[in-house]
Amino acid sequence: MLAAKNLEVVYDDVMLVLRGVSLEVPRGRIVALLGANGAGKSTLLRAMSGLLDVHDGEVRRGEITLDGVPIHHLGASRIAARGVKQVMEGRRIFVDLTVEENLRVGAHARPRTVKVNLDRTYQLFPVLADRRKKVAGYLSGGEQQMLAIGRALMSDPEYLLLDEPSLGLAPLIVQQIRDVIVEINAAGTTVLLVEQNAAMALAIAEHGYVLENGAMVMDKPAADLLADGDVREFYLGLGAEGAARSFRDVKHYRRRKRWLS
Amino acid sequence: MNEFVATVVRGLGSGSIYALLALGFVIIYKSMRVISFAQPAFMMAGATLVSHLVLSMNFFLAVLVALLLTALLGAGVERLALRPMIGRPVFVIAIITLGVDIVIRTVVNSFIGLDIRQMGDPWGLEQVGVLGANIDQRHLATLITTLIVVAALFAFYRWSRTGLAMRAASSDQEVALAQGVSVGRVFSLSWALAAMLAGLAGVFLSTGIGLEQNLWLTALKALPVIILGGLDSLGGAVVAGLSIGVVEALVGSYGGDLHPVFGGDFFLVVPYLLMLLVLLVKPYGLFGTREVERI
Ligand SMILES: Nc1ncnc2c1ncn2[C@@H]1O[C@H](COP(=O)(O)OP(=O)(O)O)[C@@H](O)[C@H]1O
Ligand SMILES: [Mg+2]
Repeated sequence: MLAAKNLEVVYDDVMLVLRGVSLEVPRGRIVALLGANGAGKSTLLRAMSGLLDVHDGEVRRGEITLDGVPIHHLGASRIAARGVKQVMEGRRIFVDLTVEENLRVGAHARPRTVKVNLDRTYQLFPVLADRRKKVAGYLSGGEQQMLAIGRALMSDPEYLLLDEPSLGLAPLIVQQIRDVIVEINAAGTTVLLVEQNAAMALAIAEHGYVLENGAMVMDKPAADLLADGDVREFYLGLGAEGAARSFRDVKHYRRRKRWLS
Repeated sequence: MNEFVATVVRGLGSGSIYALLALGFVIIYKSMRVISFAQPAFMMAGATLVSHLVLSMNFFLAVLVALLLTALLGAGVERLALRPMIGRPVFVIAIITLGVDIVIRTVVNSFIGLDIRQMGDPWGLEQVGVLGANIDQRHLATLITTLIVVAALFAFYRWSRTGLAMRAASSDQEVALAQGVSVGRVFSLSWALAAMLAGLAGVFLSTGIGLEQNLWLTALKALPVIILGGLDSLGGAVVAGLSIGVVEALVGSYGGDLHPVFGGDFFLVVPYLLMLLVLLVKPYGLFGTREVERI
């Protein structure tokens, strides 16, 4: 199990962004983490994958444990080697490398099984197989997201941390990504899915958390979250009367925030 | 015609040296986004080591040992002087490399002394006939070795796991970390490679004519070369290095009185002129990419 316990994270020594957050990702599951922009979702993922350093962030209190062993003091490359892999927000593929080179870098932590994992990845994402020699920067947004996920899978991680994989993608592509996540999970990889698309995330997760302003405000089975009035209003855009107006407002607000951040 | 061939080969010889030096600058730039001014020091260290080692061993073995030691020196400098500075402004780091350069060169100079040191190389100033032209063997040796080294370097970057990791780290450091790449190792390796290439350049620069303290100035010629080729392009470093070498040689041979003010020394200005001309048309150099930081 991958878990965060009473986690406090500070950026630049002063900005307290996570205030005692706890979360559990049991092996084999899909766990959803919801929350508005700026709630601290990406920060939590960075703490789990060891990437806080890069952002001048630091775990002040609490811990991240992998099967009970604290890992938050390890560097990112060590954590990746232990089987915890993060797919970052905004896809972040190596634009000047080819598709296959991107995938090979993903296998860096596990060089001996490159061939098997390449075959498996191409089976999971046939579109990548067709474009294997292509420079990755020329792929479409959906293809780039698949490449980012495929790249993370290249080292056979036990835990896959996905940061808003549906961001900016057309509904049809979002469905594809959703199906792929289910398939990956069925093949044995545990998934922590961070999403603003709550409907998509809760449709496939067993359990869900809601983060607000750096604190966990809900921790429930996905079905309960789907039925919850507040979640329906704020994250699914379905007010008491199913008002679409508020949804558009929220979305507009989010978009502006994203552009600013 | 014969003189022309001889001039071109001579230009390719010195161009190879510029290319080796420039490759080092580019390798470090790609990994750290910093221009390291310590390259002249590694160049001098490599050559000086060879000039001492040949006293007790075969020249080629001496070169091999010297290059390994120079690579270690490069990695050591990175670990001790540069790594603790990561995150500081690029300008600060560049000045630190300048300090490193001066420290190492001062030490190396005491091992060179005031006289010219012989390198003990097998070719000296011997010549060989190629296409009816008399050509210095050392220029040919430089060119051929450089081509082999460049091919090996490109193969390394293209196909090896480590080379690929270095390219990935250059493209997006955070994501490379997330894939398990140790970015610290990438830095060390970049410095080791850059130091080794500079050392090799130093060895070839001093074969035949011998080694003396002022030779380090040649390393500065790599600066217009990297701007011309594009700061982040390995291929650009090679093409620009060879081109500048050849143009410089041609101007030196045929353009003696091309310009009344510079007279016979006009060829010294040529690399910078070439650089300026290319920058007017291609702001990022011949093969550079756009994201490179600008003032
Ligand atoms: N590198 C950083 N330095 C300082 N503050 C940051 C940094 N990254 C994120 N933050 C701040 O931390 C808070 C949480 O951000 P983040 O974890 O990215 O939220 P989310 O992923 O939920 O949108 C925001 O207020 C954001 O401004
Ligand atoms: Mg985020």
